[in-house]
Amino acid sequence: MASETKVAIKNLYKIFGKNPTGMINHVMNGMSKKELLEKFNSVLALNDVNIDIPAKGIQVIMGLSGSGKSTLIRHVNRLIEPTSGELIVAGQNVLKMDKKELREFRRHTASMVFQKFALLPHHTILENVSYGLTIQNISKDEAAERSQQWIDKVGLKGYEKHFPSQLSGGMQQRVGLARALATDAEILLMDEAFSALDPLIRTEMQDVLLSLQKELHKTILFITHDLDEALRIGDNIAILRDGLVVQKGTPQEIVINPADKYVTDFIKDINRGRVLLVSSIMDSSKLTKGVEIEKNMIIEDALQIISKSGASKAIVTEDGKPIGSVELGRMIEAIARPNNNTEETANYH
Amino acid sequence: MSWYENIPTMDRQELRDFKKYVDISFKDFSRTYGDGIETFFDPLLYFLVWFEKLLINAPWPLIILVIAVLAWVGSRSIFVVSGTVCSFIVIGYFGMWEDTMSTLAIISISTLLCISVGIPIGIFMSRSDRLQSMVNPVLDVMQTIPSFVYLIPVVMLLGIGKVPGLIAVCIYALPPIVRLTNLGIRLVDNEILEASESFGASYSQKLFGVQIPLALPNIFAGVNQTIMMALAMVVIASMIGVKGLGVPVLRAVSNQYLALGMLNGLAIVALAIIFDRISQSFGKRLQKHLESEHGV
Repeated sequence: MASETKVAIKNLYKIFGKNPTGMINHVMNGMSKKELLEKFNSVLALNDVNIDIPAKGIQVIMGLSGSGKSTLIRHVNRLIEPTSGELIVAGQNVLKMDKKELREFRRHTASMVFQKFALLPHHTILENVSYGLTIQNISKDEAAERSQQWIDKVGLKGYEKHFPSQLSGGMQQRVGLARALATDAEILLMDEAFSALDPLIRTEMQDVLLSLQKELHKTILFITHDLDEALRIGDNIAILRDGLVVQKGTPQEIVINPADKYVTDFIKDINRGRVLLVSSIMDSSKLTKGVEIEKNMIIEDALQIISKSGASKAIVTEDGKPIGSVELGRMIEAIARPNNNTEETANYH
Repeated sequence: MSWYENIPTMDRQELRDFKKYVDISFKDFSRTYGDGIETFFDPLLYFLVWFEKLLINAPWPLIILVIAVLAWVGSRSIFVVSGTVCSFIVIGYFGMWEDTMSTLAIISISTLLCISVGIPIGIFMSRSDRLQSMVNPVLDVMQTIPSFVYLIPVVMLLGIGKVPGLIAVCIYALPPIVRLTNLGIRLVDNEILEASESFGASYSQKLFGVQIPLALPNIFAGVNQTIMMALAMVVIASMIGVKGLGVPVLRAVSNQYLALGMLNGLAIVALAIIFDRISQSFGKRLQKHLESEHGV
């Protein structure tokens, strides 16, 4: 990818247990998670994780519970120490930092949003949002002024003097988001940030995040167990299973070309029409006449345009120029739920 | 088979020597260091005497006014304040004013002492599991050992008087504040601590900004318990020369004065209830932010 790498995770291993460094050789020699647990009573949480996260994009780490995703994100700001591996964040080697450097790093470079919000219950919303700033010993007035901007931005104007317990879950997470943004850190770590919210509020918060991202261009590391969420907000997705990265790619790549049965099972139930782009199913060898569809449109929207026009074909365009065509039947085929057959899924290519 | 019928015991002579040895070495110890230790506690004694005189010599309406204001600050309840004022007037009416003031003085000072010693110990305990496992048995001993037993070495060391009484009260009243401070800090939500850490909070920023404030309700329960235990100790402390409501109670017990015993006993109860209500409602007010007012 063209843009610079903001967070580089290299050969990261994490083993929980009595003698993690002693276990690392077993793991490198190919011992499985199950075997390690049975023989040595140690838990292999992360197994040779390599992810390069480009700047200014949203990198989603996805996996079911126990896959190690929350452990992984806590390595980025070193809330958890790795057993082995390297971690370069914004050009700095995080693992070589001493305590003071690490504090500075956490204050200015990477801030975090938590699954259960983790707000300070005894502080007001304004005090919560300015928490990161007060820790930096910024004067109260300046902290309040800077925090107020973010409170307005996440839509909580008027709630400054309330306590967290007086707010609904969605609003509490807006506070969490504002608190993380208020430090102006360039990297945002979001640990299942929207998972505790009910579906409607979750979608709403995703919109809030996406619209903020359009303006702020942060590097966001977003952890989730929800594939729909991952596909919706991720520029890149890495799927984690038992501490192992099973697939990395854009949402398109993952849906069109799942790496193995695990991923195939994962994407089985998603709304493909809302993920796949016209460009990924168009036929660039033929040009037809008809309505024009932009190549970066999702199929769901394209279907609407075609069915309104009454035609069965459409021209795919890029910057207004025709580059291919697509048929109605092909589109319907693409969004149909695939069988459990990897072969057939791969045929979409 | 004699070992089967009788539990093996130390030889009588040996046992006597052993006890003698312990007694004599402690006597030597107190002879050598007793004066030093007494001088060490002198400032405390002066302060205690000064505070007691202050309470006794001040005009009674002023004392009641001050207590009423404290009750109001603590509880914000007219009910508690008027109850407090009535109790003190009744106590005075039955001629127990001076003893009550003495008791008030020793309770206040021993509570302050317990708080200033107990909270730091509790904080250190919460930071280390090893320290916790070492301190916990000590606290168990302090709470369960019959108080008369530790009165002996205290009296041997410091003689009879206010300071040994104060120390006896503190030994008895210290454990709850230590335990509940430790517990309160350990119960603080881990994710909130993690959040504080993720924003780069230093050790002291975490302790004073997050852990202690969130542990306050528990710490306050500890303060409340400490006050109650200190009051319970008042009668026993009067045996080693502490003035106050315990003295007439002791006299009543040895002379079978029912009315005297009842009156002074009830005065202690009244003090206990007043302290309890005030400190509890103060503790509750500290948690006001936890009251949910959804959708306001």
